[in-house]
Amino acid sequence: MCGIAGIIRRGDPGNIGSEMTSMLRSLKHRGPDSTGFAMYGVPEKNHYVMRFKVAEQEDLSKGFDIHQQIKDRRALVNSRLDEMGVEVKNEAEATEYAFRYTFRFDGDMRRTADYLEDIEGVEIMSLGKGLELIKDLGDADVVSDQYRLGNFSGSHAIGHTRMATESDVDIRSAHPYWAYPFNDVAVVHNGQLTNYWNWRRTLVHRGHRFMSNCDSELIAVYLADKMDRGYELEDAMHDSLEELDGVFTYVVATSDRLGMAKDYMAAKPMVLYESEDFVALASEEVAIRSIFPHEIDTFDPYEGEVRVWQS
Amino acid sequence: MAKLEKSFESGLHTEQLSGRTQQIFFSPEEGENYFYPYNGYEVDLNKKAEFDAKDMEIQEINLKIRDLMKEGHGHIVMQNPMAKHSLVVGILNRLRLDIEGSLGYFGCGLIDGPNIRISGRVGWSFAENMMAGTIVVEKNAGSTFGAAIRGGDLVCKGDVGSRTGIDMKGGTIIVGGRTGTLSGFMMQRGRMIVLGDAGPNLGDSMYDGTIYVGGKINTLGVDAVPGEMTDLEAAWIESKLGLYGLKAPNGAKNLQKIVAGKQLWNYDNLEPTEKKIVL
Repeated sequence: MCGIAGIIRRGDPGNIGSEMTSMLRSLKHRGPDSTGFAMYGVPEKNHYVMRFKVAEQEDLSKGFDIHQQIKDRRALVNSRLDEMGVEVKNEAEATEYAFRYTFRFDGDMRRTADYLEDIEGVEIMSLGKGLELIKDLGDADVVSDQYRLGNFSGSHAIGHTRMATESDVDIRSAHPYWAYPFNDVAVVHNGQLTNYWNWRRTLVHRGHRFMSNCDSELIAVYLADKMDRGYELEDAMHDSLEELDGVFTYVVATSDRLGMAKDYMAAKPMVLYESEDFVALASEEVAIRSIFPHEIDTFDPYEGEVRVWQS
Repeated sequence: MAKLEKSFESGLHTEQLSGRTQQIFFSPEEGENYFYPYNGYEVDLNKKAEFDAKDMEIQEINLKIRDLMKEGHGHIVMQNPMAKHSLVVGILNRLRLDIEGSLGYFGCGLIDGPNIRISGRVGWSFAENMMAGTIVVEKNAGSTFGAAIRGGDLVCKGDVGSRTGIDMKGGTIIVGGRTGTLSGFMMQRGRMIVLGDAGPNLGDSMYDGTIYVGGKINTLGVDAVPGEMTDLEAAWIESKLGLYGLKAPNGAKNLQKIVAGKQLWNYDNLEPTEKKIVL
């Protein structure tokens, strides 16, 4: 079933960490397997933020000598960053296996990302100027507490509560998906794509890589590929309604925009609230109510509808 | 008696209604219209109670309504439902219920008799399988609004989502604004009045019943065809809309009427593949 949500502040940044946690908490019944956040913080000039993991959560209980392996993998990441000329400014340990680095870099980001992911167990969750992608097993409170998101300040965010249907219960299959290696593009999705493999083959032939077998990842890569070829986000989203088959509603975020699209069957829900300074959207109104306790007007987008908002 | 004939003439009595109260509430004889005879709670419509649902669980809210009816309250005001799901389900009683706020999914399902007004919006699958009574939603509604209703008046003054009145088996659905794709899908009985635009595939695979549209129809569904509006049904529509303070944009007579072509399923002896060729 899955629950998806998005918020964008059209003025000053605010505590999007607490707001998105509250929304995803309200959507827990739509999917308790994993929870994910794509948060867009306030970018620092010339700085990148990278979130990555060096193991899956379940590896901790079954991997042989896993704790030492995690240390070794992280050391290898550091050594390769150094080798590529990356100037790391800050290293933070979100969990034993997940990390947040900020750095300066002027070189080939794609090559660097590929080099890091060549290390066994290493997956870059997100890389960009503002985007920080956090996802793990458990509900919104568990993940938010674990990664200390309660005071995360930023302009916009998307989130997801997952009910696994067509792929495993692990971090790799959790949403949101970052559109590797494109900076700051993330997607959450509720639905199923029925021409997934056709499009995956097409995109792989164009040089893209997929980290999971989850159809939601394809939407992120599809949109990023279009934008890389000069499309505006909104145009790419309109095209997705024609070219992707299945029933779906998805939410996409870029460095300064938030968008939603609903397929022509309109079988996956979405409720919107829009004011001059704030937009909130979610699979269920109860999530929007969790951050707006007073009376507000909400509405459903229609079949084939695409909307994009700027921060 | 003249009223009864008029009622039959306009097709209001060709339906086999199954709600426990329908034949009583909607009898043209009117004598027992306001009497609920089947093991309902004895309530006084002038006895009013009010409660705040903000910090209450779903089950707690539904039980609270029942408890108030048991105490004889015939007028209940619920504040701050906060878009919670599955509220006001299975109310089989005379009752005036005012809801100040919005409901989530599956609100007011399986009701038989109450008169409900909601000041906010309602989520997906609202009033599913409604048997009788009236519901007025002042703002918007989600998809599958009034799925499989069998009777009563279900009114949304704003816009509604897709698949409105899917599998509808009786009663009247009124939409003040726009309705989405596949509205009236597999409709079997009843009437749907949409004062705004209708999305693609309107009335797809409908068996029977009638849809009236005031705005633009995107596309008609398979086997949905235009029908001819009569003066009598225009008068009925105007009267029905008037009950809820609504008006057809260019007069009821100018609404587009959509009915079943009855060429699709079970109306002839063609094989399914042959039907597709014919249609």
